[in-house]
Amino acid sequence: MHILIFGLVNSVILALLASGFALVYGVSRLANFAHGALYILVGFSTWLFLNRVGINYIGSIVLSILIVSIIGGAIYRFLLIRVKGMPDSEIIASLSIGIAIMELFRWRGFISEAYMLPPFIKGSVNLLGVMIDWQRLLIIGVGLAIMVSLWLFTHHTKVGLSLRAIAQDKHASMMSGIEPDRTAVIALAMGSALAGISAVVILPLGNITVETGYMVLINAIAVCIVGGLGSWAGVFAGALLLGFSQILATALLGPHWQMVVVLLFIIITLIIKPSGLLGRQKELEERV
Amino acid sequence: MERRKERLDRGIKVRTEGIYAISSWRGIAYMAFPTILFVVGLLILPLVVPTMAWQRIIVIACLFALLALVFDFLTNFVGIVCLGGAFFTGVGGYISGLLNSAWGIPIIFTIPVATIGGALICTLFLLPCLPIRGIYFAIVSLMYPLLFARVIQALDIFGGTDGLPGLSTFPNIWVELYLILPIIILLTFGLKRIVSEDFGIVLRAIRDNDQAVRASNINITWFKTKAVFLGSAIGCLAGAYMAHLYGWVGLSLFALDFSIFPIAATVVGGGGTLVGPVIGAFILAPLSEMLRAFGPLRVVFYSLILAGLVIFSTQGLLPYLERKYHQFERWTEV
Repeated sequence: MHILIFGLVNSVILALLASGFALVYGVSRLANFAHGALYILVGFSTWLFLNRVGINYIGSIVLSILIVSIIGGAIYRFLLIRVKGMPDSEIIASLSIGIAIMELFRWRGFISEAYMLPPFIKGSVNLLGVMIDWQRLLIIGVGLAIMVSLWLFTHHTKVGLSLRAIAQDKHASMMSGIEPDRTAVIALAMGSALAGISAVVILPLGNITVETGYMVLINAIAVCIVGGLGSWAGVFAGALLLGFSQILATALLGPHWQMVVVLLFIIITLIIKPSGLLGRQKELEERV
Repeated sequence: MERRKERLDRGIKVRTEGIYAISSWRGIAYMAFPTILFVVGLLILPLVVPTMAWQRIIVIACLFALLALVFDFLTNFVGIVCLGGAFFTGVGGYISGLLNSAWGIPIIFTIPVATIGGALICTLFLLPCLPIRGIYFAIVSLMYPLLFARVIQALDIFGGTDGLPGLSTFPNIWVELYLILPIIILLTFGLKRIVSEDFGIVLRAIRDNDQAVRASNINITWFKTKAVFLGSAIGCLAGAYMAHLYGWVGLSLFALDFSIFPIAATVVGGGGTLVGPVIGAFILAPLSEMLRAFGPLRVVFYSLILAGLVIFSTQGLLPYLERKYHQFERWTEV
């Protein structure tokens, strides 16, 4: 029961972390390796607004998510747009932007244990014999809410439909007047906002550290690769698979193995089937 | 009135390169000057720097130059984007560290064994990934060093998080310097030779169009394996050397720096030239040592340089110098 509940929570956390990455990749075929950096950026800026500037909690959350989505959009509009279509340069450029942001925080001294966000609701509840705090239950709720609203957004609004159109067939949607660069800016802004939302709900569980950024990046990549890059159902499948195997590995082998499991999943998936569990097979593009 | 820049080859370049037989001492000098400048420059560099700390930095720059060489070779001549420089240094360093600390085998044997053995291990691990293309291979190779570091940490083998201290080191700084400098020169020109031979032609053909090479009844995986073996041998050599340089191996040999730095050096020096990455490493390593006082800001600094250079797609230092050397420029009216 313990494993079941915490596995579920962990899966939702992973799905949240990966949703921004998957959205950006799905729409613009851009692997945004700065994802983890944007995640901790939200954590630290919320902390700064809350404790240094003195804005209330809700206000600082909204403000920092807004800021990070503008930054995400700007990173694409001014920087990554120049290397569009060259996957290796995209990875190197976005990874180094991400490292720059993360190490900047380390330089400014954001490394002690003092950086924590308060949980929304304190306390815990006894659920089927397992003590679980409200924040973890809240994460499940937020995760479900985000998935539903993303679905509604991509199926019932004009912008959302144009994002899906670009993802499905770039040339046909360009013919009908959808500009790929504009949708990519929107996708990156939204992806960063999703990273931000997941940051503010997940970070209260622990400290905000620079290493979290790297972990988040690896987890997001793992979920997307295992599930299949550019497939929403794949994100769920990957998150469930990884979420439960992480919890199992922690329970059976010890906490160190959590990361090993993730990395093994990435490598094995890429070797056996690079398009992932539910991704569309593009045999010639990925293997010789 | 509009003007544009006109670039023309120098007369001497046309005379010496176009005609196969070299007719004058001046022509020979023109052809050999860049190579001699590079070799002599590298060899006398340790003699002109002021302090021993700087000589140490030169040794470190040499090791990074080896990694940059590997990255350039694999990326621009084989078409394998390998972000796993840290994988090679880690495996090479740990093998030579284990041999040295467990059985007390001297350096003369540990470094060659680590080079060859490490290359075998790295190639074995990368073998199943070789058919994967582009971005997917880049991700796998980026993940391998992280995986190894985590496994060592989780199993608590090979000294766990503390690493293996107390390895034997080189007798003095001059041995450190003049052991690695000739190796760099040898490998740079050796690789340059290899990529222009038949083997290299096949490799470049694989980079350009692997299906066409396959259609010519050439086993591309075998060729890629050989190229990766060569590359990882050089990388493992750097790792083993580093282990004995510091007298210590630890998880930091698998650090991301060893994957990122070679890319930066290649981009600075100019990819696809093999000499360029070496020069790039010799520019960046002292720069990052000077910035060491700023702590983590150093990493910020060089990742920003890297992002800038990649995004604004510069061609690198060496192609620029080559152009200046071989061509002259003038403004003409249109």
